Amino acid sequence: MNYIGEHLLPGQIGHFFAILSLLASLLATIAYIQAGRVKELSDKSSWIRLARWAFLVETISVVAVFATLYYIISQHLFEYKYAYTHSDKSLQVEYLFACFWEGQEGSFMLWSFWHCVLGWILIWKSKDWEAGVMSVISFAQFCLATMLLGIYFFNTKIGSSPFILSRTEGFFDMAPMFKDLTTGGLRLDYLTLIKDGSGLNTLLQNYWMVIHPPILFLGFASTIVPFAYAITGLVRKDHSWIKPALPWASFSAAVLGAGVMMGAAWAYESLSFGGYWAWDPVENASLVPWLTLVAGLHVNLIYRNTGYSLRPTYFFYIITFSLILYSTFLTRSGILGDTSVHAFTDLGMNVQLLLFLLVFFLPALFLFFWNYKKIPSIQKEESTYSREFWMFIGSLVLFLAGIVIIAKTSTPVINKLFGTNIAPPEDAEFSYNQIQIFVAIIIGLLTALTQYFKYKDTPKAFFGKKIWIPTLVAVLISVSISMFGHVRYDKMGAGFLFAIHIAIFAAVYSVVANIAYIWLGLKGKIKAAGASVAHIGFGLVLVGILISSSKKEVLSWNTTGISPLQADAGEKGNPTGDPAENITLFKALPTDMGKFMVTYVKDTLNPKDRKRYFEIDFKAKDGSKGFKLYPDVIKQNKGGEGFSANPAARHYWYKDIFVYITSFQENDHEDTTSFRNREVKAGDTLFYGNGLIVLNKVSVNPVALKSKYRDDETALFLDMTVISRDGRRYPVNPGIALKGMDIRIITDTVQSQSLVLKFNKVLDQEKGILELGIKESSAITNLVTLKVYEFPMINILWLGVLVMVIGFVMSVIQRIKPLKRGGLKVS
Amino acid sequence: MKKSHIIILVCIAAAIVVLISYTGDLTTYETIASARQKEGRFVNLIVKMDKQHPLEYDAVKNPNYLSFTAIDSLGNNIKVVYHNNKPTDMEKSERLVLKGRVQGDHFECKDILLKCPSKYKDDPKAQKNNLQNS
Repeated sequence: MNYIGEHLLPGQIGHFFAILSLLASLLATIAYIQAGRVKELSDKSSWIRLARWAFLVETISVVAVFATLYYIISQHLFEYKYAYTHSDKSLQVEYLFACFWEGQEGSFMLWSFWHCVLGWILIWKSKDWEAGVMSVISFAQFCLATMLLGIYFFNTKIGSSPFILSRTEGFFDMAPMFKDLTTGGLRLDYLTLIKDGSGLNTLLQNYWMVIHPPILFLGFASTIVPFAYAITGLVRKDHSWIKPALPWASFSAAVLGAGVMMGAAWAYESLSFGGYWAWDPVENASLVPWLTLVAGLHVNLIYRNTGYSLRPTYFFYIITFSLILYSTFLTRSGILGDTSVHAFTDLGMNVQLLLFLLVFFLPALFLFFWNYKKIPSIQKEESTYSREFWMFIGSLVLFLAGIVIIAKTSTPVINKLFGTNIAPPEDAEFSYNQIQIFVAIIIGLLTALTQYFKYKDTPKAFFGKKIWIPTLVAVLISVSISMFGHVRYDKMGAGFLFAIHIAIFAAVYSVVANIAYIWLGLKGKIKAAGASVAHIGFGLVLVGILISSSKKEVLSWNTTGISPLQADAGEKGNPTGDPAENITLFKALPTDMGKFMVTYVKDTLNPKDRKRYFEIDFKAKDGSKGFKLYPDVIKQNKGGEGFSANPAARHYWYKDIFVYITSFQENDHEDTTSFRNREVKAGDTLFYGNGLIVLNKVSVNPVALKSKYRDDETALFLDMTVISRDGRRYPVNPGIALKGMDIRIITDTVQSQSLVLKFNKVLDQEKGILELGIKESSAITNLVTLKVYEFPMINILWLGVLVMVIGFVMSVIQRIKPLKRGGLKVS
Repeated sequence: MKKSHIIILVCIAAAIVVLISYTGDLTTYETIASARQKEGRFVNLIVKMDKQHPLEYDAVKNPNYLSFTAIDSLGNNIKVVYHNNKPTDMEKSERLVLKGRVQGDHFECKDILLKCPSKYKDDPKAQKNNLQNS
């Protein structure tokens, strides 16, 4: 059947290259394994040549698959499911790449692409380790290529192809408009009926989403390098790989760490989670491999300098890559559906994903334990005054912290395995925080102290002489933070607050001690200071986390409901005494918000990015400079009707003020309610839906309201007060203006109460009885509800991440230099 | 025994103690009926919004009060009260995880987890609904 207007060629090209990449990576794997096994040098080099050609074909295929999919998305070929489900025509060019990683297939392709890049660097640099290392990587490429197949073998679907057509997936089966009435099948011209794709999820339409996934996946991909070296080392029983693996591990730690923290920045800036870290399973799953990787990096250093800790080095590198695969399984299998807010959907590839994990993890573990006794280790005990001893303790703590986190994250897996129905604790975040704060204390102290020990043994006098200055400075700084910093997070009890103060000391100590070490220990040799700089960054990250989280403040405390006018506290839904975080702003009405008077000024729709921006004006009560913020909302797609909100933040060097819209209401429907007329005289009290209206007095030609009537008119105004249930008072002045026989009615409105008051007429002049019209309407005003948070010192966190990455990069450079000897052996 | 071995054992023991104490904090997934029996206990409900009953949210009156009726797969329903804003697209979500406790006649909800749009985007059923609506 030929459908009109379909472009089938790109899909066929893409599918061809997807299969070619599978075959090429299989060939590369076999050839590299052979090259590793044969002894004869000429045989070896011919196998390597073959393997490299296969890897070249593999690389070209991966790039071609990428390019084809990009073509399909950018040309809006909605006959393809991937373009249809992940993009639409109105999408800005910069977000076209984000469409790739919205789906699982695209993110697998990204991973595979980075393996190719890393592969070529290894072919260029790894010399005689090439065969072993590259056979592991080629095999990983083979596994990733199966994820993109989408072919059935004996009724089992292998992988999920990004090139399948929308119509073959049954998208149009249910919609009668696509049916051909004569045949009952799909109309031949069905494509003309598809106006647009279902679009990129609005949450992903953020610049962090363009950059965070590539960096994170480079981090994921790079963990395979130390793993591959370790496996090759076990097979060859040659442990000299730890030298070339070291810069790779540093590189990987830098990139993975940066990737994870970019995700945190994305959450902070766009996801309206109200923070950068929520211990969400998806976040944990990428943090834990980073922890074990850093542990591996440190034991690797120990081995290189002292000969201790070779076994842990093997173990940590193996476990790191295995955890990456495990996190892939967690986030992509749909198993986290009930515990995470942002996991992928189940594509029906769970078995395949599990196999991907096991095919690496089990043989690696087997090789490790099989060879365990043969891995050299030193029997003599490390000195307590040695650097390696404390580094090892630190690595162990990092590893165990990671295990605890991943075990907690794995409750859905445990439910699946054992049929239990356990769920996270009531306060899931605190259950992590209360443990990890102690990890932070230990690691903070260790990063501060350990560099002042020398490898093997340290003269006690040397240690004592160097350490006292940084210790004193750190104590002074952290005590002043504790005393004057207003860190009073007592929600979780005094014990936890105490732990926070200790942790602040530990974090400050690690920053100060490592800065000092550059002079005291390294005599200012910046080139050798990579580790110190990374530790400074890590310490700053800790300081930033501790201060910004413990001092995070809700500015939009809404105390609605704690006034005596609010009905019975036992009434359902009465938040009496428990102020909540959302506050409602009525257009043009300044609202009291603690330190600020806040006004919702206006909103505008930007046609380019299809976002509606709200102008929120903050006026500081203490007279300091005010500011305006522009949080926005973007209309949901993909069957959503609502809006998703993007926060806006005011950045100061010492804090961020952070606002986001939680709901908004536009006055778009017609006002159908009518006025109720009531008799009233001065001093009377009337009720309305949300409180009281008091008529204070009637005044003739009041000077204060001069602007509302003309000179030749006689004006009669009612001086009234509206008291809402939450105790707020609003003055209102409805009136009439008379000119001869002409009566002009001047209504007055209390926007926030949706109340309109109208002075109709005087009923009885003797007794002073008047007629008042009252209208309560829902369609009276535009309003937004929003949350406002203050994050103090959040910039220390971001600065710390930056410094840490710089430190890692410095140490990569520092470690590569001594390796730069000799070139390519095989040509 | 080496010092490092002792420390390894101590650390592992600490990790195990942490995990065991964690199991004490764990909660459970319940049906509405079983949650009613455990009144006052913190539980997780997996439910859908019952569209037979009206949802109550009026930002003018109180932006921190949401009330709706939830129905579980067994067909039981319960009134839910959530002292926060209405999560975007809650009506569209096919599955809600409610965290909180039963209090008297209603479920006092502390947190709502939506099966959010990014998660049903690959779901052909949701796609079909999408097409039909357009």
